[in-house]
Amino acid sequence: MSGDINLTLKVWRQAGPKAKGKLESYKVVANEHMSFLEMLDVLNEQLISEKQEPITFEHDCREGICGSCSMVINGQPHGPQTGTTACQLHMRHYKDGETIVVEPFRATAFPVLKDLSVDRSAFDRVIQAGGYVSVNTGQAVDGNSIPIEKDLSLKAFDSATCIGCGACVAACPNGSAMLFTSAKVSHLGLLPQGKVEGVSRVKGMVAQMDKEGFGMCSNIGACEAECPKEISIDNIARMNREYTGAMLGSE
Amino acid sequence: MGWLLNFFTSSIGRKIIMSLTGIFLILFLTVHLIGNLQLLIDDEGKAFNIYSDFMGNNTLIQIISKGNFFFIILHTIQGILLYFKNKSAKGSKYAVSPKNKTTWASKNMALLGTLVLAFILMHLGHFFYQFKFNAAAQAMASYDGVQIIDSYARVVEVLTDPIWLACYLLGLAVLAFHLSHGFGSAFQSLGLNHKKYTPIINFVGKAYSILIPLGFAIIPLYLFFTK
Repeated sequence: MSGDINLTLKVWRQAGPKAKGKLESYKVVANEHMSFLEMLDVLNEQLISEKQEPITFEHDCREGICGSCSMVINGQPHGPQTGTTACQLHMRHYKDGETIVVEPFRATAFPVLKDLSVDRSAFDRVIQAGGYVSVNTGQAVDGNSIPIEKDLSLKAFDSATCIGCGACVAACPNGSAMLFTSAKVSHLGLLPQGKVEGVSRVKGMVAQMDKEGFGMCSNIGACEAECPKEISIDNIARMNREYTGAMLGSE
Repeated sequence: MGWLLNFFTSSIGRKIIMSLTGIFLILFLTVHLIGNLQLLIDDEGKAFNIYSDFMGNNTLIQIISKGNFFFIILHTIQGILLYFKNKSAKGSKYAVSPKNKTTWASKNMALLGTLVLAFILMHLGHFFYQFKFNAAAQAMASYDGVQIIDSYARVVEVLTDPIWLACYLLGLAVLAFHLSHGFGSAFQSLGLNHKKYTPIINFVGKAYSILIPLGFAIIPLYLFFTK
């Protein structure tokens, strides 16, 4: 078929959380119009027909908004395209005969469950520790009743685009979750509705982040470079400011 | 006081300790360089010797000096703790190392820091130890009838040795790399990030990390080629 490319894939295979994993080589013929995940689907169909165990990988929306895909492609979380998730990465970026190494996200707080699937529930617990606003039940408040400066709402929205995929942790040589946590702290903390719980939010989320065993930020900037939603490390500085204020200033 | 301990043992608090001690040491470098530039004066070391004697005996300077030692130790210990915590947080490495727009220095601050520490220890051995604990072996200089240690003679003795000269130049190069990431990083960790000021801070940081080691490097080179 036109646009077909022959690829060698080296995929991390690990039977379970405790099992020892290793890279295994596979040959696959992909079409340049396929997404990276569709190419893996083709490989899995092939493996199933050969009575082999298919590769486990996480996926859901396949349109770059759910944050499920969690694979490191040739050393880069979500692959080489900036601002793109693995599911939105297309095979036209690869040449015929190329070898692609696919590994799971690596961080102690993200243990491998199977093959390319990692346990990212640590992020859920960080969110539970303060990544929300408390709202009274009853009638919905009129959307325009609280004035918000346009610039602030844009900044908050930029932070809110974080899909919580964990690529920042995967990219960070320190396995730090500061970009994720700071995006959530900023997204809520910049808006008047979120400011109310600002102090307890930043204290709670940072404490939980530390408890989960994530590393500490060395301002390397790998997270920002690999983030599929291009979240800025300005958020980390903002969280550091808020945290310092909350810890030293609050009563 | 539990809240203070909680703050300084948190991930952000630890980075703030690194920033604050780092900024103090950055400032110290400027003062140290200004003092050392007196070695370039062509007066057989008179200005430098009088300055060294003042620095070694003034109470206020001595208090700051103890603080300086304390901050070096704190920066080192915290750096070691961060290194091991971060290493264990990362766990295993990738089979393919990523290529992205990050600087080599930013990923190797622990290695650079260790080398800077080795450089500091060598430097202390050459001068601090010699003047404080082995002063009897030092030549004396006499100005207006007052005898003081001839620090200048010791500086010339050490820096005209080609091996030590190479060690100092190498140490300064390592320091330049450590500063090139450390300067801007200190401000980011403190949360001092601003659209208007961050580009200025980063520019000053890059300039500082080149000019300060360069300023220090001129001194041994000048002494080596003229003495």
